Amino acid sequence: MMNEANDRRVDEGDAERPNNLGALRARLAAADGPQFWRSLEAVSETPEFNQWLHREFPRGASEWTDAPNRRQFLKLMAASFALAGVTACTRQPVEKVLPYVKQPEELIPGIPLVYATAMTLGGYGTGLLVESNEGRPTKVEGNPEHPMSLGAANVFQQASVLELYDPDRSRTVMRAGETSSWEEFMADLVPALAEQKAKQGAGMRILTETVTSPTLAAQISELLKFYSQAKWHQYEPWNRDSARHAQPDKPQVEAHHDFAQAQTIVALDSDFLFGHPASLAYARQFARKRREVTENAGSAGAAVRLYVAEPTPTITGSMADERLACAAGDVPALAKEMARLIAADRTPKSSGPWAKWLEAAVRDLFANRGASLVIAGEGQPGVVHDLVAAINDALINPKTVSYGYCAEAVPVRQVESLRSLAADLHGGEVDLLVVVGGNPAYNAPVDLDIPGGLRRVKRCVHLGLAYNETAQFCQWHVPESHYLEGWSDTRAFNGAPSVIQPLIEPLYQSRTAHELLDALVFEQSTRGAHDIVYEHWRSEYTAEEFEKAWRRTVHDGVKRLTNVETAAKRILRPWLNVVPEYVPVGVYPNPDLGTAPSPGNLELVFKPDPSVWDGRFANNGWLQELPKPITKLTWDNAALVSPKLAERLKLANEDVVELALRGRSIHAPVWIVPGQAENSVTLHLGYGRTMAGHVGSGQGVNAYALRTSDMMGYGSGLEIRKIEGKKWRLASAQEHHSLEGRDIYRTATVAEFRKDSGAAPKESEEPKQDETLYPPDHTYPGYAWGMAIDLNTCIGCNACMVACQSENNIPIVGKGEVINGREMHWIRVDGYFSGKDLDAPEFYHQPVPCMHCENAPCEVVCPVEATVHSPEGLNEQIYNRCIGTRYCSNNCPYKVRRFNFLQWPDNTTLQFKMQRNPDVTVRSRGVMEKCTYCVQRINEVKITSEKEDRRVRDGEILTACQQTCPTEAIVFGDVNDPTSRVSRLKKQPRNFGMLAELGTRPRTTYLTRITNPNQEAGG
Amino acid sequence: MAQIFPPGSNQAVRAVIVGVPLAVLAVVGALYAVEWSPWATRMWVPISQPVPFSHKHHVGQLGIDCRYCHGGVEKSQYAGLPPTETCMTCHSQLYTDQAMLAPVRQSLVDNRPIAWTKVHDLPDFVYFNHSIHVNKGIGCTSCHGRLNEMQLVWQDQSLYMTWCLQCHRHPEKYIADRSEVFNPGRVAAKDDPAKGLDWAKKLVKDYHVQSSGVLTDCYTCHR
Repeated sequence: MMNEANDRRVDEGDAERPNNLGALRARLAAADGPQFWRSLEAVSETPEFNQWLHREFPRGASEWTDAPNRRQFLKLMAASFALAGVTACTRQPVEKVLPYVKQPEELIPGIPLVYATAMTLGGYGTGLLVESNEGRPTKVEGNPEHPMSLGAANVFQQASVLELYDPDRSRTVMRAGETSSWEEFMADLVPALAEQKAKQGAGMRILTETVTSPTLAAQISELLKFYSQAKWHQYEPWNRDSARHAQPDKPQVEAHHDFAQAQTIVALDSDFLFGHPASLAYARQFARKRREVTENAGSAGAAVRLYVAEPTPTITGSMADERLACAAGDVPALAKEMARLIAADRTPKSSGPWAKWLEAAVRDLFANRGASLVIAGEGQPGVVHDLVAAINDALINPKTVSYGYCAEAVPVRQVESLRSLAADLHGGEVDLLVVVGGNPAYNAPVDLDIPGGLRRVKRCVHLGLAYNETAQFCQWHVPESHYLEGWSDTRAFNGAPSVIQPLIEPLYQSRTAHELLDALVFEQSTRGAHDIVYEHWRSEYTAEEFEKAWRRTVHDGVKRLTNVETAAKRILRPWLNVVPEYVPVGVYPNPDLGTAPSPGNLELVFKPDPSVWDGRFANNGWLQELPKPITKLTWDNAALVSPKLAERLKLANEDVVELALRGRSIHAPVWIVPGQAENSVTLHLGYGRTMAGHVGSGQGVNAYALRTSDMMGYGSGLEIRKIEGKKWRLASAQEHHSLEGRDIYRTATVAEFRKDSGAAPKESEEPKQDETLYPPDHTYPGYAWGMAIDLNTCIGCNACMVACQSENNIPIVGKGEVINGREMHWIRVDGYFSGKDLDAPEFYHQPVPCMHCENAPCEVVCPVEATVHSPEGLNEQIYNRCIGTRYCSNNCPYKVRRFNFLQWPDNTTLQFKMQRNPDVTVRSRGVMEKCTYCVQRINEVKITSEKEDRRVRDGEILTACQQTCPTEAIVFGDVNDPTSRVSRLKKQPRNFGMLAELGTRPRTTYLTRITNPNQEAGG
Repeated sequence: MAQIFPPGSNQAVRAVIVGVPLAVLAVVGALYAVEWSPWATRMWVPISQPVPFSHKHHVGQLGIDCRYCHGGVEKSQYAGLPPTETCMTCHSQLYTDQAMLAPVRQSLVDNRPIAWTKVHDLPDFVYFNHSIHVNKGIGCTSCHGRLNEMQLVWQDQSLYMTWCLQCHRHPEKYIADRSEVFNPGRVAAKDDPAKGLDWAKKLVKDYHVQSSGVLTDCYTCHR
């Protein structure tokens, strides 16, 4: 499974590829009608792209290129042919069955149990339901009861189960890199604590990530009671310092949004659909609102319109009806201008490159006063958030924006907190530093020189999942229990507390943060994590109601806040009609709006990576191999540059450049992104790790090496120098599985949709069922399974891909094999650009699972009938029959079939075996596979219904992709039942089949995306 | 030109013409015989177990219901093996000094499971579900044979796909009343001419057994 990513990272002396972006522009401008394109190469029709298009796999993908050499390979093949069939002659080995000694009461072997728990990211909890098969957690899903999940889970939560089983996790206490034990650690710690106690802990520091856990916060404050001079610091590399800026000196105030009420949304460099702690809930609200137009086709009411200004395309930007590519450094000035327009008059007149966009946005905001919403991103300075708060005030938006205390236990300004810790470290004032989770040596601002500071600490203790970059500077490393291994608690973004319930005993000799803190407070381990959390919660309730409340909370996965509690968290603001002073100079600590980068003055933008976040998931193969939205890069980050900048600097994809910013520089590969702001270069955080493990180490480049504490979001003054003659192979899946500019994606504006609800350009018509001379091959007397995917609400977040990977035992293949086009994802999210402007394209996402055609081209070409048609319309792939001719894949117009060229599933590492879904066969080398519509789930529900002598109810079967979709864009069900949700969706005039003109009659169909551009904005 | 073939060649050719097909047939026949031999199918071979548990005694003589030990059979894909505690419900009182039962007692003391040898072992790409079969009127004995007469359990059927398909193609031949499912003396419809085929077909209909088209669909058992 963990194939070595190949070492072709930097190719020396690769031939210069012609820089033909100018020709591209001309091509796009000359084209007629709507144009959908997948990549720059697709528009320019480079030979490489045409190869992707015309061949099932690129040249070489189906060849053995590694050592042993060709001659040896032929010898091996000859031997394989001679012995073909002999493999079938093995006798099954004798197996043992081990029943329980005492069977747990609620457990019946073969029936998975589901437990509620929660996972934190950036400190904030999201409620989850985790499936356990005979004690092994195998699948993570969202908890419908939890307000910040609503049943959905994002890519990180979906992939967290693989993190639990990561064989690179540390297993024992380590002392200076050598195996040690908890007892030795305590023997060393106790005298150190006594020493600290003598001076009230003056030399003691605790560094945590963002803490929302009420129990952990209580433990730390307990500790600080004993050591009154000790200090607690919190640091998260992608934190909410500036977002909580809205009121000076009150870091605990946080804005909460309700997108379901918002008619006009303006996002200023905010990726609220993905990067926000409440993004799952926000995405759900946004989709519900967006659906209003299509669900009530007759309604004439205004449709929701999303304005986004951002430097680099995110999935939020891709959903924008009006998007402005705007340097991050320009956003403060843009926000200021917006505030001015709103304050000054209601017939806005602006100037500058963004005038049209801004005027249109302000007009819409005014028109929808009370139902509008402005939100700024975490990467923007506090002043932007202040301005946004003032704008929301002026627009009287209490329905859509409210303010409340944030969920963090003790909110601090984290960069300042870390800065003071760094000063103390370098000043030699720290004797005992306890790092509870996190990886500051890797992800702290580089100017604070945390590694240098750590070297000066006498005794440093690191608690972490893995022996990482920080652990190497610490005398002691204590393995941390994964959230599926140890009890804890957390709060969601809206403050709702959850108990984190473990599903499995710790795999290694690990401890939770609570157990470590307990040992610090009492100078010995007194209790396990469960007792610590339980007792803290008991102290919050009266005795008689406690047991019930506790059980309820653990069972539900969330403690519901009463109305009183919710109200207590709300902070009322004076809702003003106008912005009194649109630039409240003096009131806010940072009135500096920054200087907009003039042409030639480049800026570098830092963003958390959509796959590995801040680097903590770098060793997770599912996430590394997940094509990032927009760029579809896997296994790497890259310096994302705009086409104009690339033209100016004569850069092509995969060129290596030196990025120099304020005296520091790194080398990074280049990737040209249509829609990138001209003078912005974006580098995602989280790559370039050196001690992540077998999967993550050495992938990509380390953006933290350029990130300083005064530019956590972006910094201007970037210089780029091309390193001549060097190339860095990047594994982008963007062109893989291309379907040649056919009518595969449909979009229409709201106006077009209202005029003709079947709108959307129909270049080709689906043949009617009776337009054939032949009798139908198949009839479907019982169920007929089908799927409808609403492109109008798909935000391209990739959650479905990881959910599918986790549910269906799909292996990863490694960077080199992705370059070969051998990735195994059963569902992919195709990304399209559209429009004639290379610099301001529109973005579209299209999830593509198997179409389960009624006239499937794959079925008729299989020589061994390994792909057959079921009476319920499933297109089945039978692994035990498949001999790997790959004819089916060759004949599939949708390119959804995946072939196991090599033995990718790791069948020897115990941890990976524990993760597998026992209801799905683990495929071995030489077998074709593809989406099954999660047949294991269909069968399970069907069996249950048959035992109860009834039909399957609508919505009872949820495929893995559908279950996790934050926007409910995927609907699965019985198309024979006219009342089912999927049937009703398919009856909508927006419904279309991909390449239906081929007569394949796909069961998976799509619903046209309806955009709502503002004509006045020139869109 | 001299003769190339000696006079005996004709005989040789005749022998080859007859012999080669015979040899092929013999090889095929031999392979077939091996394939269906108890060595390959593991049919009728009593399997030794850490504790020589006798179904004949417990089921046949004592009349203990199948579900007393195999509690998952109506709910789960697995019938389930009894945890040690189930054995000890009786054997903490009965035969407490029997050496034969030492592994059971030891299992309880050590909290380590008894490692039984699997008798019915389907390939890993086959997903058999006990619960749906017993809920649709297929009895334990349909696949497991007369357990009430077995001391050590053996595999009573080949468990080959062709054997599975006999019933999936014609469930009416093997079905019987739901009340008979756990009866060791259960008689399948085909062996009960008194009741007739129409009765069996009615059962199939009443129990909403899926059509043979669905039952013989690949994804019913493979996925």
